[in-house]
Amino acid sequence: MNLLVIAFKSLKQRALASSLTALSVALGIMLMVSVLVINSVVDDTFNQRSVGVSLVIGPRGSDLGNVLSAVYRIGKPSENLPYRVLTQDIPQAAERLPGVKKSTDVIEWVIPMTMGDVSEEGAFPVVGTTPKYFKVEYASGKRFTKKGQLPVNPFDAMIGAQVARENSWDVGSQFTLIHGGADSGHVHDEKFTVAGVLGPTGTANDRTVFVNIEGFFLISGHEKPPEEAIQRLRDFGYEVTPAQEAEIREASGGHDDHGHSGHDHSGHDHAGHAPHGIPDDLKEVSFILVRTKSPTASLMLAPEINEGMRAQAVNPIIVISKLMKLFVGNTRKLLLCLTALIVVVAGIGIFVSIYNSMSDRKREIAIMRALGAHRGTVFAIILGESLLLCVGGGILGLLMGHGLVVIAAPFVESQAGIIVNPWKFDAMELVLFPVLIGMATLVGFLPGLTAYRTDVADSLND
Amino acid sequence: MSLSIRNLTKSYVEPGGRRLPILNVDSFDIADAEQVVLVGSSGGGKTTLLNVIAGVTTSDSGQVVIDGTDVTTLSEPARDRFRALKIGYVFQTFNLLPAFTALENVLLGMSFSGRKVDRSHALELLERVGLNHRLHHRPTKLSVGEQQRVAVARALANRPSLLLADEPTANVDTANQDNLLKLIREACTENSVSLMLVTHSQDVASQFDRVEKLSDFNMPEAAE
Repeated sequence: MNLLVIAFKSLKQRALASSLTALSVALGIMLMVSVLVINSVVDDTFNQRSVGVSLVIGPRGSDLGNVLSAVYRIGKPSENLPYRVLTQDIPQAAERLPGVKKSTDVIEWVIPMTMGDVSEEGAFPVVGTTPKYFKVEYASGKRFTKKGQLPVNPFDAMIGAQVARENSWDVGSQFTLIHGGADSGHVHDEKFTVAGVLGPTGTANDRTVFVNIEGFFLISGHEKPPEEAIQRLRDFGYEVTPAQEAEIREASGGHDDHGHSGHDHSGHDHAGHAPHGIPDDLKEVSFILVRTKSPTASLMLAPEINEGMRAQAVNPIIVISKLMKLFVGNTRKLLLCLTALIVVVAGIGIFVSIYNSMSDRKREIAIMRALGAHRGTVFAIILGESLLLCVGGGILGLLMGHGLVVIAAPFVESQAGIIVNPWKFDAMELVLFPVLIGMATLVGFLPGLTAYRTDVADSLND
Repeated sequence: MSLSIRNLTKSYVEPGGRRLPILNVDSFDIADAEQVVLVGSSGGGKTTLLNVIAGVTTSDSGQVVIDGTDVTTLSEPARDRFRALKIGYVFQTFNLLPAFTALENVLLGMSFSGRKVDRSHALELLERVGLNHRLHHRPTKLSVGEQQRVAVARALANRPSLLLADEPTANVDTANQDNLLKLIREACTENSVSLMLVTHSQDVASQFDRVEKLSDFNMPEAAE
């Protein structure tokens, strides 16, 4: 009979006390595993692996605000950028880089985004973008899956998996938008039709309503009056020639003649009479997502854009890494410290439980010694008990922790749209067991020493 | 010679620091397979003598030779191993481990010897003491007589050359006392094991050919 079996039998003899002390360790480890899994999910959601974008170009201001708004759909953009940033400045900035002849040498793709509105039903953020958005990787090595078609017509939409589920929308569903956010109360007349539904991605795309950017511009009130548009361009430092001014006024007038304001757009096909005549100088975008062909190119392109324009280019990886390090990382450390304390308290519980039992077990120890067990053997048996409680509790806690996440995963996915993989192991979990073995040795040492020092003759005579 | 004691002394230190002699044995021998009863008054040093012979406690001086090995010269780990291999010990209060079944209690004695655990021998012993139907019962589920029979089987598990029995019948009724005594004696005879049995019972003592009174060969006062 090996020593661990003997230790296990002794623990079984004190089944209730042993179970409770092992359970206290299990609960501590369960909490720790939950924190690690949650952290892993947060990490996956926010870190660079989940972002297929090299640069987010947005209005001057908070780089974090721009990234949160453009990539994670948290918050609204502070202001919009002229369309010329997309059509002129980014290609020019790329071409100014040493050794670059044309922008496509360094830029893989550029995708504009307009934001600010929300869906009337469910208040999901609405992003106006091009169909190209759905053709590129949304995260490293991950592409969208979809049901239905791409939103190629101006009033077509593509919706995220969570939007489809919560609003019970499917291909063919129609919906309207609230201008400027849920609080404004101004519902646009234009109706959009769901052309496609995205598969779950575990990203902010799941809770986003995407509309064709052309349709977004066609919504009454989204285009700027010509005088304001000309002034905005000048504010951004662009030259607007008299010829361009005339072109803007003419195009804008033609557009007004068409009578977008006040009529129902849902009844006729905008795609059929494209172009709608909205000149680029009347368009504005909230953000421009850029994917460069190499990480170095993005590092070089960002300062070029930041120096040359009133837009701000930020690398979302750097911004999010900072956020993770400063805030999320510290929160994780704090939570891990708290759960580690719980495990330590459980360890003290094991110590108290074994140590208290020692006075009752002196005779047992003495019998083993009288049967020929060495002092070291009885020490090892007590240490084995501590080890079994700690490691057994640890394994139970590990299973309970992942079990808890298994139970919570569907709820989290339905409520928050975050895909949680309950069986994903964090490398820290591997560290738990050496730590538990260390703790077992520590808490088992003193009771073990008591067993080691037991006087056989005295204890047998007691 | 299975056991040979020479010039053995043992004393305890009282709380006041004064030494209290317990044992002072000039000479005492037990031949191979011999069965000896040791009688004596309570507190006379019978259990201490058994503990010294078993190496559970150390003597102040003298020799305790078992199967040619002087136990008093061995280190503690060596004494532990020697005890496990050569000496069987049956206690007055059985001292079965409550967490283990009858079979496991017997196997446990083998585990500490360092030898390979011989399960079939353990089963044979339990069958020999009439407990083959109670192998997987814990001590609390066994009667007093059954517990003492398990204790006998455990003491013989490592095929010892000397069996020490300290008042083995003190806690059993008269009917069981005779059966238990018969069992111990037969088991020792069958396995050529020397037996030193301590008792205060004249009934028990009268069943043995050799009865030794401790006070006849232990003179602690002479050691003062």
